[in-house]
Order: sequence, then C-alpha cells, then structure tokens
Amino acid sequence: MTTFEAILLTIVTASTPLLIAALGELVTERSGVLNLGVEGMMVMGAACSFAAAVTFDSTLIGVVAGMLAGALMAALFALLVLGFAANQTGSGLALTILGLGLSGLIGAPFVGARRDPVAPIDIPGLSDIPVIGRLFFEQDLFVYASIVLTILVGLYLMRTRSGLTLRSIGENHTSANALGLPVWRVRFWAILFGGACAGLAGAYLALVYTRFWSPGMTAGRGWIALALVVFAAWRPGWVLVGAYIFGAATVLQLHAQAAQFGVPSQVLSAVPYLATILALLLLSIRHGRAIGAPGSLGVPFVPDR
Amino acid sequence: MKADVPPSGPPLVELKGISKRYGDLLANDEIDLSIEPGEIHALLGENGAGKSTLVKILYGVIEPSAGEIRWEGQPITIASPVEARSLGLGMVFQHFSLFDELSVAENIAVALSDDWSLSTVRDKLGEISRTYGLALDADRAVWTLSAGERQRIEIVRCLLQNPRLLILDEPTSVLTPQEAEHLFTTLDRLSEEGCSILYISHKLEEVRRLCRRATILRAGRVVATIDPRASSAREIAALMVGNAVGDIRTDAPHHPQGETLRVSNLSMTPAGLHGQALRDINLVARAGEVVGIAGVAGNGQSELFAALSGERLADHPESIAINGKLSGAMGIDARRRLGAAFVPEERLGHAAAPTHSLSENTLISHAATEVSRSGFILMNAARRVARSIVQGFDVRTPEGDPQARKLSGGNLQKFVIGREIIRRPKLIIVDQPTWGVDAGAARLIRQALVDLAREGSAVVVISQDLDELFEVADRMAVIHQGTLSPLRPIGEWTKEAVGLEMLGVAQAQGGAHAV
Repeated sequence: MTTFEAILLTIVTASTPLLIAALGELVTERSGVLNLGVEGMMVMGAACSFAAAVTFDSTLIGVVAGMLAGALMAALFALLVLGFAANQTGSGLALTILGLGLSGLIGAPFVGARRDPVAPIDIPGLSDIPVIGRLFFEQDLFVYASIVLTILVGLYLMRTRSGLTLRSIGENHTSANALGLPVWRVRFWAILFGGACAGLAGAYLALVYTRFWSPGMTAGRGWIALALVVFAAWRPGWVLVGAYIFGAATVLQLHAQAAQFGVPSQVLSAVPYLATILALLLLSIRHGRAIGAPGSLGVPFVPDR
Repeated sequence: MKADVPPSGPPLVELKGISKRYGDLLANDEIDLSIEPGEIHALLGENGAGKSTLVKILYGVIEPSAGEIRWEGQPITIASPVEARSLGLGMVFQHFSLFDELSVAENIAVALSDDWSLSTVRDKLGEISRTYGLALDADRAVWTLSAGERQRIEIVRCLLQNPRLLILDEPTSVLTPQEAEHLFTTLDRLSEEGCSILYISHKLEEVRRLCRRATILRAGRVVATIDPRASSAREIAALMVGNAVGDIRTDAPHHPQGETLRVSNLSMTPAGLHGQALRDINLVARAGEVVGIAGVAGNGQSELFAALSGERLADHPESIAINGKLSGAMGIDARRRLGAAFVPEERLGHAAAPTHSLSENTLISHAATEVSRSGFILMNAARRVARSIVQGFDVRTPEGDPQARKLSGGNLQKFVIGREIIRRPKLIIVDQPTWGVDAGAARLIRQALVDLAREGSAVVVISQDLDELFEVADRMAVIHQGTLSPLRPIGEWTKEAVGLEMLGVAQAQGGAHAV
C-alpha cells in the first residue's frame, strides 16, 4: 500500500462519523427542530458503546448501546422542547454539557482499555483494482452504511409521503397543524433519529477510529456536524461532500505538519475549518437560490387549542 | 328568514349552543347555526366577533367548551382536521396554510390522504383546473405565486377531496376585483353541484352578491340570521357593529397647494430574495390632500414604503423631496425632523415594540419632541404623551400603561396612528392603515387621516382595501409590479379601471383606465 492510498483511507475514516452525525441532525432540522446537543449525544454514544463493547466483548452490542445512548439523550431533549416547548438553543447547549459530563463518569472505568480493530469488508475482485480498489471496496461496514444512509435520507425526504410531511412541518408548523399533520409525533421521531445517528457516530469514533475511550474524545466533531448541515443547505448530498472535504482537510493538515512546511501548526489545524467554509460557500453561491433554513427551524410549537 | 328552496331533509350541518371560553373571555357564546345542502351561507361579523373561533371548532382545530355539532342530523364530535376532512369538510384559510418552499403539487399532496401520490395529484390538478377554470402550474414553488394563485391552491386542495361543505375565511381580502368575481363564479357553480359553502366575510357587497342567508355574530353571540339581499348594507353593518356606522366626513378639499412630497424617477432593486423592484416611480402629495395608492399585496407597496420612510435609502438624493428638501439619502429620523411621519404595515414588531409599554413606545417616533432631552428619557412626559394618545384616539387598554402586545390589533393600530398624528406632521405616510381592524376602529382611523389632511398636511395612504381608498383619497394611483400608474382625481377612477391597473392590463390595452 502506498502512502497515497493510506492517506485516502484515513480520510474516509475521518469523514464517516461527521457524515453520520450530520445526516441525523439534518433530519431533525428539516422537521423544524434545532438540536445543538449533537456533541453531547455523540460523546455519550462513544462512552456507552465503548463500555458495552468492552464489557460484552462485542462490537455489535457496543454499536447498539451507542445508538441507544444517543437516542435516550435525544428523548430527554424532545421532552424539553416538545413537551414543555422550552427554548431549543438553551436545551441543546445543556444537552451537550450534560453529555460531556455524564460520558466522563460512564467511561471512567474504561480509560486505558483497548479494542481490536474492526475487520474491513473486502469485496473480492473489485478491491484488487489499483488505488481506488481498496478505497472503495475494502472498508468497514460503517463506511458503506453511511453512504447507504445518505441515499436513504435523500430518498426519504424528497421521494416519500412521510418525508413530505416532515418537510412541511419544518417549513411551517402552524399551517401543518391547521391541516391536521401530526407535528409533535413527527418531530419526536426526527429528534430520536438525530440522536441515534449522533450515537452511532460516537460509536464509530470509539470502536473504529481510536479504539479507546478518553473523556471529551469527540473534540468538537458534533459542532462540525452541526455546521455541515447549515453549509450543506439542509441537503443530504451536500452533507456528504462537506463531510469528505472536512475529513480530507483534517488528515492532510496532519501530514503537512509532519512535513514541516514552516507554517505554524495552529494555522494548519485551522485549515479544515476554512476549507469547509470555503468549499460549501462556493457550492451555495453557484447554486443560487433556495438555500434557506426550514421556515420553522428553532421556533417552539405551541398550538392554540 | 329562509332560503329560497325549502329544505327537504335535515340540514347538512347544525351547530347547537356552541361555546368556547378562553380564561375570562367567552369567544363563542351559545351559537346556533345550520347550513342546508347546496347553500351558500354567510358568517358575518367584525374582527373579534368570534367567526374564526367558530370555524376552527367546526374544522376540528380547537375543541368547544360546550355545545353540539350535528352532521345530517346525527350528533358527532370533530376531534381533528383529519376527521373534519373525512366527513367532507374543506377549509380555505384566510392566512393561507401553504408551504412557501414546496411546489404546488407537494402543497396539495401533503393535505391529502396517503393514497394520493404526487403523480395522481398532478393528473387530478389538471382536470380540476380545467373544470373550474383554476389555472395552476403543478411544479412552481409557492413563493413565486400571487395571492390569487395561492388561494387557488387552497381551493383545489379542498375540491380534490370532494367536499360536502367548503369553508372560506375572508377569501377576497387578497384578491383584485376581477379575481374575486372569478371566485364567485366558481362558488356559484359548486353550490349548483350541491356543495354547501360557509362564507366568512365582513364585506357586505359580496355577501349580498353570493348568499341567501347570513348569520351575524357580535361579541361571540348570534345577533341575527337574515337574508342579506333583503336588508341594506347599512342595516347589516349596524347589526355587526351594534350601533349605526356613520360615514366619513370629507368636506371638499380646500385647494391643496405646495408640494409636501415629491418623488421623481425613483427606482430601486429588490431588497430581499422574494422582493419587488421599484421602477421609475413619480408621485406628488400636496398639503391638504389624501393620496391613495392601491394595488394587490406584493406589488411593491412595502418597498415603496421603505423608500419613502428612509428604511432603505435611494441611490439619488434628488429622487425624494420632503418639504422641498432633497431627502433621498436621509435616514428615517432626519426625515421625521423635516416634518414627516410614517406608519408601517406591521403593527407589532415594526411600528411598536411588543414587550415595551405604550409610553416607551412613544419614544420610537418622538425622538425630536418633549419625551427626551439631551439623550435622556423623560418618563413622565412619555407617559403623558401615551395618555393623550389613548384618550384622543379611543384606545381601549387592559391597564394604565400596558405592553404593546397586550392590545388587540385594532387598538394598537389606533395607538400607532395616533402616535404619529399627535405630532401634527406635515406629511404622513401610512401603509395598510386598517388591515385586520374592526369597522369601528377603521372608521376612526380613516376620519383622523382625513381630518389631518383638511388641517393642511399631506397624507399618503397605501392600501389594498379599495373601498377605503375611494372613501378617503382625493387622488389615487395603482401600483403594479413596482410601477406606479399616473395619479388621477378619485372621481375619474372606477373600480373596473382600478382592477385593470392592478392586473397590469390597462397600459397594454392603451389606457383603458381613463373611463
């Protein structure tokens, strides 16, 4: 394997958790709910998945535990913002703080433990193609799943009845309610889906990317996922593009630092963020209109009854 | 009184003793109402009379505190709009229940049951459009459509569900006269086919044109059920308001003189994504006259108001002159200091700060008067000004100095208009002065504007309400897609001519407006 191939492989690994978490948040936001707690749900996913995987010595159980943890956190958020029509910004920030603290507690006994790498799935024949073979056809299951998930979310939102309902509710919940669409129910499931995705992204970080637990290991990836949704103008395809641009920049700046270009490392560390903003800015300029947020995003829904 | 054809079976729907209580407020008080099959029944009343509450109960959006609903003689409960629709109720909302970023077909599909796919919606849409003359393009995004087209979506949405009863809430408030006439034809046709229609309005003329029975609400109660064709508009208005509504006193204008406002060749690019550009606007308002600007919403009225008030500055200072001073590049406050006053369309949030008290709200436009001195607020003076506005303009307040958001729409509008008039401005520009305001308050506001003009100020009224403009304006122009027609004395306009200008066909037909 050449260095070039190795770099490409690590880019995929760095991008996947961002993609998964951002897709979940995208669905939540398309339903009109802004959940700033992605970071908290993600880090809880990481802690719980790692704890479960070590305890039961099973990656599968770990993954399920991570998704459940994320969904449970999301359910708490849903109780606040749907049940009590609480301010979504405040509730989301609180969720992140709670998640960072609670995950430290849960993960404490597992600091220093390690997991074996998850075996990649090798598609015979195709993975032997030079350069792109290993990149596209010898990845772990999560990578394939994240691509499939992008397509499914896109199809769901734009091609299904239920997706239309969800978009309508996000666009204008007063109208949706007047038409008799189930605003609360749809938003509840959208929030839960977002939580489960954030948890899955956390599980990927702990079980595949680092294979150990350390407190606060998400290191702002939840926030980046949130930003990706905005920059991608609430479109799944663009989230995919954005996640990979960011992942690439993250990996390349590490190599650039190693190569000692004489540029301060702090500047290089900022490159991924700048690259993401720039690339997505260019995309949205070219695309012109209709990059607006869902009309009811972040507004508590209180029907008159 | 009865419908022309005596009903044979039970009424399609019957409301008995419907009440709805919000805290201390009784929004609906023991309301009885029955609608026969195929009947067009009017529900009349001022704002706040309880019309919207009643139809929301009927449509399952809110639940009644007491009372009974019978459908073809059977008592039922309607727990949600979905249940209402499955019974055969369709509703066209006053503030459309549409989704701006979705396409026409998507907007229709989302309200229908699950067995409608987008492609069947498209097919049916074409069919219904042809049958009822409701032209719509299935793939356009809603934000690109006119109000009339948006309303068509709502109507088609209902028709696709084969309704037995169609409820329309103030359907003509956003339409040109021609569009309204088109709607009436559609409704007549539906009624002939056996569909009942509940028509909510406060416009008497159209109720007399359409309906044989009208139920009149006042303060949550039914005050009468009448045949609107057998009563005069004045009698019906008296029933709605509870006392006779007087006409506006408009003495002949003493010869207006002096150009208080001159707008010359004003052009502007649209401010926002969905905005309208202004094209080469020319306008003169003289001291002592009311100038009316008519037009269908979204044709550049808000942009024109923003340009006149200084919320957006003109590219050339000479395109706007107030009292002879070139002020196109001046901000709002500088223009106020020249003697101008402005009342924007949106009362809450634009004309008044919702969570501030009325006295604090006087400060918004009174920076140059007695309420502040060298940057400090004189609260006593502000309270005094607020009190004199409240008294002078009959503003009904729940407490002494309440927050602006606690006032009802009509009372807040009286307050913001009063706040400007009390400064005795040389020029006042008002956008939609009586939008959503009840008849009593509307009359007071119009009278105050006319009186101000008669005292020698120039008054510019931008309004969608043609009746209002015919009542108050001395000269009028029509705005269409950012272009202003020539100003003509009000006597030279007919409603038809205005309608043609509103549709932008007058110029095309070679000046057909000069009737």
